[in-house]
Amino acid sequence: MFYREAGDFKTTYAKDSQTFPIRFDRYRYYVVMAVAILVVPFVVNDYWASAVLLPFLIYAIAAIGLNILTGYCGQVSLGTGGFMAVGAYACYKLMTAMPDVNIFFHVILSGLITAGVGVLFGLPSLRIKGFYLAVATLAAQFFLVWLFNKVPWFYNNSASGQISAPTRTVFGAEVTGPTASAEVKYLFCLAFVIATAWIARNLTRGSLGRKWMAIRDMDIAAEIIGVNPLASKLSAFAVSSFFVGIAGALFFAVYLGAVEVGEVYGINKSFLVLFMIIIGGLGSIFGSFAGAAFIVLLPVFLKNVLVGQFGWATDLAAHLEIMILGLLIIVFLVLEPHGLAQLWRITKEKLRLWPFPH
Amino acid sequence: MKTKLLAALTATIMGAAPALADLTIPTLNYRTGPYAPSGIPYADGFSDYLTLLNERDGGIGGEMIDEKECETGYNTEKGVECYEQTKADGLIYIPQSTGITYQLIPKASADNIPVWSVAYGRTSAVNGKVFEWIFNMPVTYWDGASVAVKYAMEEEGGSLDGKKIALIYHNSAYGKEPIRTLEALSEKHGFELLPLAVDHPGQEQKSQWLQIRRERPDYVLMWGWGVMNQVAIQEAANIRFPMDKFIGVWWSGSEADVVPVGAGANGYKSLNFHGTGSEFPAMQEIKSMVIDAGMGAGDGSKFGEVGYNRGVFAAAVTTEAIRQAQEASGKSDISPSDLRDAMESLEITEDRWSEMGLPGFAPAISVTCAVHSSPRLAAVQQWDAEAGEWNLLTDFMEPDFDVVDPLIEEDSMAYAAEAGIEPRSCE
Amino acid sequence: MPEQLVFAMEVFLNGLMAGVLYSLVALGFVLIFKASGVFNYAQGVMALFAALTLVGIMEGQVPFAHLINAIFGTEIHHFGWHVPALLGILLTAVVMVGLAWLVNTLIMKHLVNQEPIILFMATIGLAYFMEGLGDLMWGADIKKMDVGLPQGINLWIDEATFEIFGYGFFIDNLDIWATVIAIVLVAALMLFSQYTKQGRAMRAVADDHQAALSVGISLNFIWVLVWSIAGFVALVAGIMWGTKSGVQFSLSLIALKALPVLMLGGFTSIPGAIVGGLIIGVGEKLFEFAIGPLVGGATENWFAYVLALLFLVFRPQGLFGDKIIERV
Repeated sequence: MFYREAGDFKTTYAKDSQTFPIRFDRYRYYVVMAVAILVVPFVVNDYWASAVLLPFLIYAIAAIGLNILTGYCGQVSLGTGGFMAVGAYACYKLMTAMPDVNIFFHVILSGLITAGVGVLFGLPSLRIKGFYLAVATLAAQFFLVWLFNKVPWFYNNSASGQISAPTRTVFGAEVTGPTASAEVKYLFCLAFVIATAWIARNLTRGSLGRKWMAIRDMDIAAEIIGVNPLASKLSAFAVSSFFVGIAGALFFAVYLGAVEVGEVYGINKSFLVLFMIIIGGLGSIFGSFAGAAFIVLLPVFLKNVLVGQFGWATDLAAHLEIMILGLLIIVFLVLEPHGLAQLWRITKEKLRLWPFPH
Repeated sequence: MKTKLLAALTATIMGAAPALADLTIPTLNYRTGPYAPSGIPYADGFSDYLTLLNERDGGIGGEMIDEKECETGYNTEKGVECYEQTKADGLIYIPQSTGITYQLIPKASADNIPVWSVAYGRTSAVNGKVFEWIFNMPVTYWDGASVAVKYAMEEEGGSLDGKKIALIYHNSAYGKEPIRTLEALSEKHGFELLPLAVDHPGQEQKSQWLQIRRERPDYVLMWGWGVMNQVAIQEAANIRFPMDKFIGVWWSGSEADVVPVGAGANGYKSLNFHGTGSEFPAMQEIKSMVIDAGMGAGDGSKFGEVGYNRGVFAAAVTTEAIRQAQEASGKSDISPSDLRDAMESLEITEDRWSEMGLPGFAPAISVTCAVHSSPRLAAVQQWDAEAGEWNLLTDFMEPDFDVVDPLIEEDSMAYAAEAGIEPRSCE
Repeated sequence: MPEQLVFAMEVFLNGLMAGVLYSLVALGFVLIFKASGVFNYAQGVMALFAALTLVGIMEGQVPFAHLINAIFGTEIHHFGWHVPALLGILLTAVVMVGLAWLVNTLIMKHLVNQEPIILFMATIGLAYFMEGLGDLMWGADIKKMDVGLPQGINLWIDEATFEIFGYGFFIDNLDIWATVIAIVLVAALMLFSQYTKQGRAMRAVADDHQAALSVGISLNFIWVLVWSIAGFVALVAGIMWGTKSGVQFSLSLIALKALPVLMLGGFTSIPGAIVGGLIIGVGEKLFEFAIGPLVGGATENWFAYVLALLFLVFRPQGLFGDKIIERV
């Protein structure tokens, strides 16, 4: 009824190629943005902001990053944790070396540094493919974690080997540090999420995104029709690492505040982000959000149901939680291998016809 | 489906939040994950002691204790989530992991809730002038390193000159803690230090132990964690390294570390800061009133293990601090800052330990505003594989404060400068 | 002979032995990948699960005791019997076959013709599920694995090498046994796949699914068979590693040790898994011996991956992997 193109006439090319061609989609998008910016900060409490929303937003950025590499360009990476660590340590070094510069720029710079590292580790992708590449990216994961652990320069020679974020402000409001309020942290991360999602969306529907997808679908064929595999693959690694680096920096500076590399950016993190994009849907920006929400919310939800409602022992609940998570992944893959995004797509197709059957 | 999920989620979280209890102690336990073998006994001991107080005395000062258990799986993010969920009622946090400790140091300081890391976490938190809300009792890693060296020195007849001591450590912030102290001590006493890193998880340590076999150090110290402990002790037995010259830190000295190795682990030593075994009146009461009554937190199989006793120790000190806070503030329903004040002036004399049913369980404790750690003593215990028990070999020994204290001062001041803290005067 | 060279020889030999243990884990991956194109991430967890089950059966533990006690308020933990090692291994093998059947019927059958990455993800889901299941069934506590394998220094080698080099080499008895068992296992696998009907069917499936189907080989049966064999290999790996370090959660992380072996040897080659394991074992031990002290040690985790990565840049299909032919 409401969700259809009929009657929505486009009179310019710009309008014809806009991101959300259907009017209802556009309004929905504006409403979501308005709620996220104008409503959520005023109603959210500390627990929701710190335990659910912040990780969701930050993981969404990381998932978008990985989705560009894996979902759009077809290069499976298990080094996400390592690249997030690069972002975090770059941010820490920048924050402590240049305390007067706004943290906003530190985060962006960290992303750029990570992009450089990502390109470096992306070089072998020109020769190595498929699972060989997936396993090869683990080299980045293990090496980077070892490096940050071993070289004291990265953690400013502190005796503990941990890095902790000093207090920094944006527009006079504290963003990092223990006394920063949840709303400010949330808005800071939200700004990055909106920016990265916007960039990613427009990159992927432009010529670069088409090149990536050509490489993903068959790289030899893509090469023959004139797509430069070197430029495409490395640009995918660069853009992906840029986002992942930003996520890593935010994860350290805004969300956790103090980090030890092996524990926070270990291989589990790589798998977690990969889960998000598979459950959410490969090659979909919406899927990155859906996957991040699913993976962040599910354990919290299960914990609150099993422990809070049924009063089970916490360890039993934790065992069941991980079993259910595994089971859900399998069930999802069996029922809908293309993830939540595909469900969303199907829903939309159905909606376009609703309430008329044909 | 998503909206349904969200609705259900909102309902459960909103519904689960409010708590009625009086003395709420959140525990960040890890009964799952790679470190569960170390986490389970501690969690059992801690809970069982609280249950004993509730059953026997009706809580503390007439207020029941409500233990809010979280399962962190030793994961920092889960710890943060638990903290945020419980901080409205939590009296004190015992983070149970180095990573979570570092998370909570700034957060809890800002929220005015005391944090007690039980002989782990940030060593320089001993400096109460800088770390107002953080306690690192009863002993720190740097003290431990010093005590281990002191013990080795006594064994060697008073001098370590020309000797070689190897340190095999978990390649993480925790494992690297003792290196600086040991370097300072090696300069002072003239022994050679051989640090050997083992990367997580540490299932493969052949290289390190071949090196130990080649270099023939006189002593091997270990800062290990998780599966690394068992493998190291196994490898030491394999190369026939004399077990009585192999000394682990207190996190490398529980049943879970030696039992899998079997007879080969006989004679292995480790540091400890509390008594072993179950021959204490309070422990027997736990046995009869909690475990045998079917109210134990676990299946009772961990009773009397080192990890279990550590849980009892932490619970005993915590509840004693709560009792003293009640006395000092004159009300039974204390606030986190009352508890902090009490912890800062905490006195547990040996008589008091006996009154609590734990005579000789641990040395007397006396905390001050400036030094957030007491008594800073550690003993050496040895594993008897045949009897299957740990026995204390020595008295509780003092570290070399001349070496350790300047290091603490230096590190805590560096933190104060970085975090912009103006140290208190503590007059 | 100079001292350093003697030490290096000792490190080399120990590296070979460690490599055998890596190969054991890698073998399970290769078997499944060859036959069904599934990169089975759950192989490490299968080893853990097999080891937990073996210990549980031998000790007479009641499965799901914790859960049962929590629901029914009972206090049961042990059946009170001890099963001899051999019988325990047999029973565990039966459990692993049952597991293989379940995995195939409930998961893999429904994912036929999906992209490899989807299959890979499904095994990650499986890994999570089994991790929770193993803990729930047998408890998260550490357990001692004791099937009677000897451990400790081999004195004969120690003395013999002392005679020759003036320095006694350290070789672990367990490693020697692991090597022997690995050789027997691989030989048995070879014989099985060369000389039995099922073995030949297995090879046919690995070569070409379509062709195998068209000559009347049941893919389902072969997949169950392959997962069962992989389960058995996981059991052997679980016994070896469990004896080394005790049986607990971290055992599942041995999968990470096997991945570089796979890269090096190729995902589809059994000899590749063996040779790759040996190269990785020797390489990482010698690197730690020679370069480790210069960079602060603990290099073993990443060195294997970097070595494999560098190698792959020159030979993208691994040492023995099928040559990659690309067509448009």
